[in-house]
Amino acid sequence: METIIEVKHLYKRFGHFVANHDLNFSVGKGEIFGFLGANGAGKTTAIKILCGLLAPTSGEISVAGYDVYTQTEEIKKSIGYMSQRFSLYPDLTLAENISFYGGIYGLSRAEVRQRTTEILEQFDLGAFRKQLVGALPLGWLQKLAFAVALIHRPKIVFLDEPTSGVDPVTRRQFWELIYLASNQGITVFVTTHYMDEAEYCHRVSIMQEGRIVALDTPTRLKQNYQAATIYDVFLHIVR
Amino acid sequence: MVTAKNITKRYGEITALNDLSFEVEPGSLFGFIGPDGAGKTSLFRILTSLILPDEGQVRVDGLDVVADYRKLRQIVGYMPGRFSLYSDLSVIENLNFFATVFGTTVKENYELIRDIYIQIEPFKDRLAGRLSGGMKQKLALSCALIHKPRLLVLDEPTTGVDAVSRREFWDLLLGLKSQGITILVSTPYMDEAALCDRVALIQKGSILASDTPERILQHFRGTLYSVQSENLYQLLHDLREYPATRSAYPFGPDVHYAPDTNDLNPNDLQAYLIGRGHFGVNIQTITPGIEDLFMDLMETHH
Repeated sequence: METIIEVKHLYKRFGHFVANHDLNFSVGKGEIFGFLGANGAGKTTAIKILCGLLAPTSGEISVAGYDVYTQTEEIKKSIGYMSQRFSLYPDLTLAENISFYGGIYGLSRAEVRQRTTEILEQFDLGAFRKQLVGALPLGWLQKLAFAVALIHRPKIVFLDEPTSGVDPVTRRQFWELIYLASNQGITVFVTTHYMDEAEYCHRVSIMQEGRIVALDTPTRLKQNYQAATIYDVFLHIVR
Repeated sequence: MVTAKNITKRYGEITALNDLSFEVEPGSLFGFIGPDGAGKTSLFRILTSLILPDEGQVRVDGLDVVADYRKLRQIVGYMPGRFSLYSDLSVIENLNFFATVFGTTVKENYELIRDIYIQIEPFKDRLAGRLSGGMKQKLALSCALIHKPRLLVLDEPTTGVDAVSRREFWDLLLGLKSQGITILVSTPYMDEAALCDRVALIQKGSILASDTPERILQHFRGTLYSVQSENLYQLLHDLREYPATRSAYPFGPDVHYAPDTNDLNPNDLQAYLIGRGHFGVNIQTITPGIEDLFMDLMETHH
């Protein structure tokens, strides 16, 4: 598998505090990579570094073939990012939101039109294209935020707790969209507090106090920790 | 402790709560389980006299939430979903402030909050706005308890909290329950249902079902199967194309499969999946969990 994220000996220090301690991993093209850990374990810091928003203290890190020290602008163009508190415009329609972000990413008018239509169809949002976003339920907003993160055909998409707070059906529909993106060759880097979702990832890493303490396929993690579920693995590690 | 009859709440054309009725026994832990937008926050604001219902009546410990709201507020502790303490006061200043507002002191009711407060005491002079998420939550809980309420109302206290911290928070709640406080809690995490004495599943302003966590599972229709194969994504698609299918949803590494008939022959299903090229097919009947039930009820309430 083609490597799309390569992390070697990543350290990030804030004064005396070590937020990321010697992280080493690589993520392949089209892989769904679960990034787990307790609150405060250092996940957000690592994600910011991978997105080119924060410089590491040391280590060799490349994202989509670009260096995180010197090529952050290229990285930002190659990735999509959906935050827990995604920012959509409530007084624009669904289609307008997608087009707006297409413009921000520098797509031409023709590309914006084409991608907006494609994405609305893929995400099954076409019927609502003229609805104002402010009136949509959370589950639709999450789908839309994911769609917006894909507008510029990124190689990697970072999803930070994309499914918080929605009903179990909507949560699963969202994961089918993740699979769809993965099947199209997009790498999905995802954090979640739902441990059953960790089982849908190709590989899962678990962070604790700045270090990656486990990294493997869900099946092998469960074997190694003799646990029935990833939740049990997580409890075993984090407690 | 709480008796709610036919509560309806509308915001313009939107009906946030539609004819809700329920009862909460004194000393019990009652959970409202449902996604964002189900109406949990509106309901809790009515119970704590912060907004008025359009229809219906609620009594808390005999007090009417509308007519007796002043007395009600003395016996109810409320922890809203959003952090709403004073960010520019320190931990101990917040606690003293809420104690004073309710005409008591931290010392008088210290016993009740000790197990919780002890965890944030090392930071008691830090400004509340500078605490970590977990510590803010413990301070908010301490402040909601400082006047020794008889009913504690917690709106999504564990949303966005990691799996281990969630469990620790629930341990705190079970400790409070053992001291005789009635607790009402809302959550979008279905796995927390098992820790409640009684749960109500809530969606789009209606209660789908309400019972003990064990008995509520009997509301599930028909038999549920767990199906496995090497390719989860393909398995989902193929199951949904099988003629007898009511639903097929991923659950971790398995698919939970509900047929729309009572006489599904698992051997037929197995043969169908093998015919579609699946390897390692395994089909077993299983007991539905709370998420299975919730999704089943969502279908019937459409």
